[in-house]
Amino acid sequence: MLIKRNPLESSNVTGYLFLLPWFIGFFGLIVGPMFISLYLSFTQYDLLTPPKWIGWQNYIDLFGDRRYIASVTVTLRFMIIAVPTQLLAALGVALLLNKGLRGLGIYRTAYYIPSLLGGSVAIALLWRNLFGMNGLINQVLAIFGIQGPGWVSHPSYALYTLIILATWQFGASMVIFLAGLKQVPTELYEAAEVDGANKTRQLMSITLPLLTPVIFFNLVIEVIKSVQVFASAYIVSGGTGGPVNSTLFYTLYLYQRAFNYFDMGYASAMAWILFIFLATLTAIIFWSSKHWVYYEDGGGRK
Amino acid sequence: MISSRKISKLLTHLFIIVVGLLMIYPVLWLISSSMKPEYLIFTDPGLWSREWTLENYWKGWHVTREATFGTFFKNSFLISTIAVIANLVTCSMAAYAFSRINFAWKKFWFACMLTTIMLPSHVTLIPQYSIFHQIGWINTIWPLTVPKMLATDAFFIFLLVQFMRGIPRELDESATIDGCGLVKIYFKIILPLSMPALITTAIFTFMWTWDDFFSQLLYLTTANNFTVPLGLRLFLDAEGQSTWGAVFAMSVLSILPVLTVFFVFQKYIVDGIATSGIKG
Repeated sequence: MLIKRNPLESSNVTGYLFLLPWFIGFFGLIVGPMFISLYLSFTQYDLLTPPKWIGWQNYIDLFGDRRYIASVTVTLRFMIIAVPTQLLAALGVALLLNKGLRGLGIYRTAYYIPSLLGGSVAIALLWRNLFGMNGLINQVLAIFGIQGPGWVSHPSYALYTLIILATWQFGASMVIFLAGLKQVPTELYEAAEVDGANKTRQLMSITLPLLTPVIFFNLVIEVIKSVQVFASAYIVSGGTGGPVNSTLFYTLYLYQRAFNYFDMGYASAMAWILFIFLATLTAIIFWSSKHWVYYEDGGGRK
Repeated sequence: MISSRKISKLLTHLFIIVVGLLMIYPVLWLISSSMKPEYLIFTDPGLWSREWTLENYWKGWHVTREATFGTFFKNSFLISTIAVIANLVTCSMAAYAFSRINFAWKKFWFACMLTTIMLPSHVTLIPQYSIFHQIGWINTIWPLTVPKMLATDAFFIFLLVQFMRGIPRELDESATIDGCGLVKIYFKIILPLSMPALITTAIFTFMWTWDDFFSQLLYLTTANNFTVPLGLRLFLDAEGQSTWGAVFAMSVLSILPVLTVFFVFQKYIVDGIATSGIKG
């Protein structure tokens, strides 16, 4: 019998054919548009007339734009508060659930449901009602004789309703933490018991260090997600980013500039700043991980 | 006497149940309020209403004169179904090439693919919009589905590559000896054995497309083409205290498909998150 040439050796044509759709998408919808948007960021462009080169003007204008500064502040505040809160909640509940409780599956499902639904317009609308003047939260507060404000329409509180919405969705991170906790070898705890280490000590010296790769992973994902919040801010503020720009998230402002004012060049500049910011931040987190992320196989990156 | 260990366990259970109930309460209240008469929504924080009605559903369904939620559901299902099929086909093809075939520059292209996972979509958004605008695709389903046909959801390629790498090489080799070419190996061996990862891909593509708001808001402009999230957004314009019941009714309907998929495929979803870090 004739043995064919091993197809795994070299199959350029077949390989590239299987990749063909991806290639078209990669160049036509990602690399190409990326360079075009870099170009557009140095132009004035309204979609209908050809782009006009204006050099760095968009970037200069951004720094004098109050709403832009507001959008940066709002997004950063959200990130700095929501990401740690969400991760702590996820980690805390995961640690509790990992004690070998019965009914783990049911609890995990219940806690995951908010993550499942949280990004939808339906839940954002619900939030708008819950934290409204006569919403559920104020109805409950009224039972205790407290008259709450209209949370979503108050400049000092509106952002916090969105932070609560983000924290509420800690279930997905929790499931990832739980998977990480399952990987911690039980012998380590047994050995620690023998050495007389108490629970707190075990948590600090075994569980948390071994969990750092998972913490790292969740941190990167949540940071990236937090700067791209759109639907919930749009719905809760009715598309305005109000009251007084208090929920004007970066991507919401970008959307407004591009598709309400047709300042496509300006919005492209915003997109590139976002991109560079995210790339730098991710690089910093990756770099810092050398100092606090512990890998069992003796170091190095993932 | 009960040991302190047991008490501690009991307290943990209690804590987890109370917190869990608090978290789920808004969703339960949403469902219950969708069947309350309007005036009770703002006065009754409880779940068990003293008066039930389905009027909200009828009112919500006919949110605008141009189209009903029937149209929105039809559009959402159409877009989500195409997205699922397109992602399954093109992402699995790309993943097969990356995990099983040797070709020139493979490592380079693989690195390119990984980089696009982290890329915020905003840097490509405006030129993409401009392209779709020029070829007359605004207010059609194509800007929402064609990118999936071109495997731009790189995350799923990565997920499938990871899975396919775990399939034993010996299977390919013995198939080759039996005279199977690369294409046949893809259909007869790799695809059937990648079922769990393909199901994960299908589920998450469905849920993400169903809930996607940003791109649908950009590309769909008239009510007859609206999807469910855009239909819900219409309530923002018509907002007054008198419409909340209708909003809630349609919100409940809008989350039903995602909830159904979740309860049917729960195992795949939780495993998918746990092994790949994919998030809902």
